[in-house]
Amino acid sequence: MSFSRRQFVKGGVTAFTFGFAAPQAICDIAFAQGSAARNLVVVYLSGGNDSLSTVIPYRDANYATRRPTIAIPAANVLQIGSDSSSVELGLHPRLTGLKSIFDAGRLAVIQRTGYANQSRSHFTGFDIWGTASTTNTSGTGWLGRYLDGLPMPVDPLVAWNTQRETPRPLMARLVGVPAITSPATYAFSSPNSGTEAGYERTAQTRISSHIPVDRPHLAFVNSTTQAALGTLDRVATVATYRPANTYPTNGFGQALTAVAGAMNKQIGTKVFWVQTGGFDTHATQGVNQGAYFNLMATLNDGLKAFYDDLSAQGLLSSTLVLVYSEFGRRISENGSSGTDHGAGANMMVLGGAVRGGIYGTAPNLSLDPTNPTLENNASDVKWETDFRSVYAKILDSWLGSNSVSVLGGDYRAGAPNIL
Amino acid sequence: MLEHILRRMGFGASPADLAFWAGTSIDTVIDRLLNYESSSTDHDSKIGNPAYAGITTSSGNPFSANTLINDARQRWLFRMIHSQRPLEEKMALFWHNHFATAYSKLAGAVGQERATRLMDNDPASLAGSPAGQIQVLREFATGSFPGMLRAMAQHPAMVYWLDSQLNTRTRPQENFGREIMELFSLGIGNYTEADVYAAARVFTGYNWQVVGDRTSNTSSYYTFLYRPGDHDTNAKTFTFAIYPDGGKTIPARAAASGEQDALDLILALARHPATAQRLATRLYKFFVNETAEPDAALVNQVAQSYLANNYNIKAMLRTLFQSSQFRNPANFFQRYSWPIEFTVRAIKETGWTGFTVNSAMTPLTNMGQQLYEPPDVNGWATGPEWISTSSMLARMNFSSTLAGNQKFNLARDAQPYRTSPDRVLEYLLARFPNMGFTSTATGAMADYLRSTAWTGTDAQLQTRVPGLARLIVGSGEYQFN
Repeated sequence: MSFSRRQFVKGGVTAFTFGFAAPQAICDIAFAQGSAARNLVVVYLSGGNDSLSTVIPYRDANYATRRPTIAIPAANVLQIGSDSSSVELGLHPRLTGLKSIFDAGRLAVIQRTGYANQSRSHFTGFDIWGTASTTNTSGTGWLGRYLDGLPMPVDPLVAWNTQRETPRPLMARLVGVPAITSPATYAFSSPNSGTEAGYERTAQTRISSHIPVDRPHLAFVNSTTQAALGTLDRVATVATYRPANTYPTNGFGQALTAVAGAMNKQIGTKVFWVQTGGFDTHATQGVNQGAYFNLMATLNDGLKAFYDDLSAQGLLSSTLVLVYSEFGRRISENGSSGTDHGAGANMMVLGGAVRGGIYGTAPNLSLDPTNPTLENNASDVKWETDFRSVYAKILDSWLGSNSVSVLGGDYRAGAPNIL
Repeated sequence: MLEHILRRMGFGASPADLAFWAGTSIDTVIDRLLNYESSSTDHDSKIGNPAYAGITTSSGNPFSANTLINDARQRWLFRMIHSQRPLEEKMALFWHNHFATAYSKLAGAVGQERATRLMDNDPASLAGSPAGQIQVLREFATGSFPGMLRAMAQHPAMVYWLDSQLNTRTRPQENFGREIMELFSLGIGNYTEADVYAAARVFTGYNWQVVGDRTSNTSSYYTFLYRPGDHDTNAKTFTFAIYPDGGKTIPARAAASGEQDALDLILALARHPATAQRLATRLYKFFVNETAEPDAALVNQVAQSYLANNYNIKAMLRTLFQSSQFRNPANFFQRYSWPIEFTVRAIKETGWTGFTVNSAMTPLTNMGQQLYEPPDVNGWATGPEWISTSSMLARMNFSSTLAGNQKFNLARDAQPYRTSPDRVLEYLLARFPNMGFTSTATGAMADYLRSTAWTGTDAQLQTRVPGLARLIVGSGEYQFN
């Protein structure tokens, strides 16, 4: 299965305040908040990525012996050099596009990210990564808190969720993030036509403009409707975007096309949420073909098309892409030629301002239970870099925010110097 | 009150439903909706009858609800609209979300026909074929929870969905063992990682097999199979009690009787107090109120009903439906309508003559709820999480599609009120029950009716009445159940 999140922000709806600007002011705000400003694209790999198959310590003898049917042969990996502990690493053979971005110095691989006592549950794990908290996992998300900190009124398109459901990281108290799965179908239909259809749209806008403080759930729904109706016309311009290069036709490729379109049309969005699923590979991961190979194909081809598109448009320097998953997978393969839920894993960051390279150290895959790079009796990868320190780096050095207040703690120490 | 009862215990009320129940005491209505075993099951015989909602078959094929998933979706939606056992369908939907299994993974493995049977087969459709997963959930809908849990663990749809067929003695695989504790029973925090590994070993040997002419996807089907040779015969120890005497270890057993391991664990999970609390809380949120913290006293009472009545689901429902909280107006419209609930209620209240339920399929996907296709084993993200800009557009646009389809019927129904727009407004607000609009909102609706001078002609009614219907059904105030 893949992940989804549960429970809305506790107290989030009750605390909900209508933070959107009136439609007429929107264009001004979008301009002021900066089409030229930096943006962040978060790519979530849903299901728990087996990152030992993404970035492979191919010379570690235990890698092959613990994964007799799914180890990628050393001869096939795309070598990217060694980390600071001299472990030689290679990308999955299908990641040829990411390899070229790595070679251009614009891809950072951060090894062994995670946190203490890592959850093996998809749902709890996703919420911990989303809230940046191991204790209050039903609260607002880290990106939501960043958006809440922007000067009000906030443009409704300040963030763009390409999924139907608002994911935990985007849960905010003040800002409702629009869910725009397809710009082309983001429209208001009518049983009537022409002027009569216009009357309906005007009326629906007026009816939903009532945001009662004493009925917070209704206020939440109505403000969502307001955000939808207030952004239709600008989103329609994104639907006209035709990239010069070819994106994959799958959902991930199409979502990234919309993101590039939003950048091209300069609508001012600062945070994009994109995800791709299928990473819960309990069975038949495969080697040179099969499930995991296809996952890497989707990831690689989408990101490479996006990177090339932005590069050609000169938008790369204002874009940062963060790739992560809710946990890594068990080191030893299971009996189904797959892997069960594990712990530490890699994050990846790419973009025009990224200091590319390999950060952190690879796990030593030996079965010695005292092996300090592993946990759970040497079954799983133990974290070395707190995932929140990567968030902190992005918040402080890329988005110009204050990570200590957004993350509710100081995670700046130990942050990889990726920017 | 009557409308509230019919909305919560079913999917809402058509004008004819309200007329049918008028004059019956609320206690009797609740009793008859809850004890539906004697109510008719003739709903499917009405499919194709023009007095009921329509269905649309794909390009000349006969309606094949057991072997084509889109037809299965239409059949289920039809039942939700027209079944005389609305609570049965409501509970089937509740359990579908609880034991969330997605058709697409099954179809990828066994083809669309056999995967559709796995999801919702009617056993009468093919000799020997077992009931599909949702049909099993209907059969257990208000029955024994341990029975349901066992039926799910041993249903071929679940076997493949959570990889049980790959979980063997030499190669344990924990997917099902984890989820049965995390999602189907105890809930997170009530078991350890070691329990997950032990549970995986308990279910080793659970498998499935194809039966019938396997070269034909329409005449073969899947059944559960226990393979003793794959079962781990060693003892398994848990951190919680498996047996009534407090024993935490499932003893070593011969492979031939190893299937019993799972039954011991399932019974232990079903009678665990954490399971009782979890089910009671979920039912409370589904039937009473999800916008405020659950009423702890009532949840405890519901959990006690379960534990004191042999883990029976109807015992929990009876306690819920007989509670004062269920009938308290403060709890009315305090749930976010699931897309399915929104859609079926809108159809029941707007009308269905000449409307095919097939027209609701794409809108439902856009609202975020496609039947037989939950996003993952955790089910749909409910409550406020149903609401996003794109899902609200989908709800507004479905209102538009439905009102446009029913424009002549709606306009005709409004004719007695044509003398003034305020009377038309009053009529439509009553026709589409909602949490209540402020005068600002109703003022905007009245202004809409007067967008141009009010004439009350048939032509104007045929434009503005469906227009207003879509505005109400698409409003925030209507999205609550």
